[in-house]
Amino acid sequence: MSEPSPAIKVRDLVVGFGDQTVLNHLDLDVRAAEILGVVGASGAGKSVLLRTIIGLLPRRHGSIEVLGTDLAHADEEARRALERRWGILFQQGALFSSLTAKQNIQFPMRENLDISQKLMDEMAIAKLEMVGLTPQDGGKFPSELSGGMTKRVALARALALDPEILFLDEPTSGLDPISAGDFDELIRTLQQTLEITVFMVTHDLESLYTACDRIAVLADGKVVADGPIPVMLESEHPWVRAYFQGKRGGMLAERQIGA
Amino acid sequence: MGEALLTHKLVGERLELAAGGSWTAPHAGDLEAAVERVAGEAPKAKNVSIDMGGVHEFDTFGAWLLERLTRHWTAAGREAVVVGLPEHDLGLLEEMHGVNREAPPKPERVNPIVASLAAFGRGGAAFGRNLLVFAEMLGAVGLALGRVIMKPRDYRLTSTVHQLDRVAWQAVPIILLITFLIGAIISQQGIFHFRKFGAELYSVDLVGILVLREIGVLIVAIMVAGRSGSSYTAELGSMKMREEIDALRTMGFDPVEVLILPRILVLVVALPILAFIGSMAALYGGGLVAWLYGGLSPDIYIARLTDAISLTHFKVGMIKAPFMGLVIGIVACAEGLRVKGSAESLGIQTTNSVVESIFLVIVLDGLFAIFFASIGM
Repeated sequence: MSEPSPAIKVRDLVVGFGDQTVLNHLDLDVRAAEILGVVGASGAGKSVLLRTIIGLLPRRHGSIEVLGTDLAHADEEARRALERRWGILFQQGALFSSLTAKQNIQFPMRENLDISQKLMDEMAIAKLEMVGLTPQDGGKFPSELSGGMTKRVALARALALDPEILFLDEPTSGLDPISAGDFDELIRTLQQTLEITVFMVTHDLESLYTACDRIAVLADGKVVADGPIPVMLESEHPWVRAYFQGKRGGMLAERQIGA
Repeated sequence: MGEALLTHKLVGERLELAAGGSWTAPHAGDLEAAVERVAGEAPKAKNVSIDMGGVHEFDTFGAWLLERLTRHWTAAGREAVVVGLPEHDLGLLEEMHGVNREAPPKPERVNPIVASLAAFGRGGAAFGRNLLVFAEMLGAVGLALGRVIMKPRDYRLTSTVHQLDRVAWQAVPIILLITFLIGAIISQQGIFHFRKFGAELYSVDLVGILVLREIGVLIVAIMVAGRSGSSYTAELGSMKMREEIDALRTMGFDPVEVLILPRILVLVVALPILAFIGSMAALYGGGLVAWLYGGLSPDIYIARLTDAISLTHFKVGMIKAPFMGLVIGIVACAEGLRVKGSAESLGIQTTNSVVESIFLVIVLDGLFAIFFASIGM
């Protein structure tokens, strides 16, 4: 079976700050239309990897191809074209605090598309309803939203232009387990209806079990293990064992096997 | 664009639509126009079929516009059938079927005259509220000061020293420079205009009295309001935004005592010091210009200065300084605590803080002028 070309292809990536190397010759593929969960200890460089892929951090060495384009060698126009094809959910939501939820969602549309205000209003409300909010929530300012609602609005904004790739930085952190579960399910359904590729940095074991197709474990600046949950459970790497077979991971693993 | 997005054909009472191309976000503008055009044909048709077979790209924008099109006919009680949509896109259309069902909340229409009157009224009320907020802050600071005097060990000495370094010590170079230049300019203008009457010597009186009574302290107060007042507001504002002030309160600390009292006391102490330094620099600058431009030797300048000014002039300036520091501190801290969640509000309150404190400093200066005149100082 011939593999379709990956949505994101990272080869031999080195990223560091000062004399500290965070990512050390890292290779990673994200296949089209899959949900990849990236896990690792705090400080292992998960967020650094995400921020490097989207071009917020400079790299020292290596290549990153997103949808066939390498940002480092792309001109301004190709860069902007690529940036239109992905959506990013930042850890704290990063909503523009002086705009309402609806205006936040419309912001990328207004900048990139030539469409009427009516359609923009309808699309913003459609996106809000897709992420489980009501049209009334659209008029609220970010400071009036709860943590879970902020994440949902930020997700709606990330989805505003119907991206092909969605980057999620700890989407469930700071949410209660029920909201986190709902959010996982939301990501799963949206990914299925919209057929997008999802790159998710997470700490949440539950998310890995319920939402992710495949998991990549970062340790020592490299991907030390990747594959679906069963592969993770059989891994011999000490950190992977501690994570998936530990007190919290073990419980979920038993449930998974029992089911 | 190679392919037509939407073509229509009227067969008897049946409208047959054929869609093609990319029904995606980048084409949403053209697509909407096409959909609106076809919707215009609505009254002619009894039933409608939409063939989506020619579409090779489809996303939420396309799905919503298709939904909008079908709703157009279903709302009129007619039948609209969508055929030829690939299996995997049906979910998306299904999703769109549920959205935008309720009418969006209508923005209220208001009469522009009423609106401007309301804005005017709100402005007046806000002004009154501002005064109330400052009075409240003054009271809270007084209370905290009372508590600290009762229990001096609770006073934040480290924070005070740190603030003193920032507000007073680090401000010295810029204050020196600005007041030196102001003194020089006043002296030059004095000499230039008094020369016409042959009264160059009186320019020394002008510089001495003006600098010591008014300009020295006023320039320094305005500089400090712009430099330290704004930083107080921004600091406290961002602490408020990140809930640091709430955190302090829940740990049993009074934010006024921990954050605000040291800052305001530092301003009250720093302003007279800076005003003194500034006045000296201005006199020095004035003297230098008098010598180089007016030909008055330093000896004459100093002799004339001692004749022209008295301790009273110096006292008038110095007495005002701590009050100006208090006003700047109260305004800056009160505005800082009024910052709300957004970045915009931080900007607004910082602007307000600087504008209000400069305004109040000048008003205060005027009041002091009346006061000193009436007691003969």
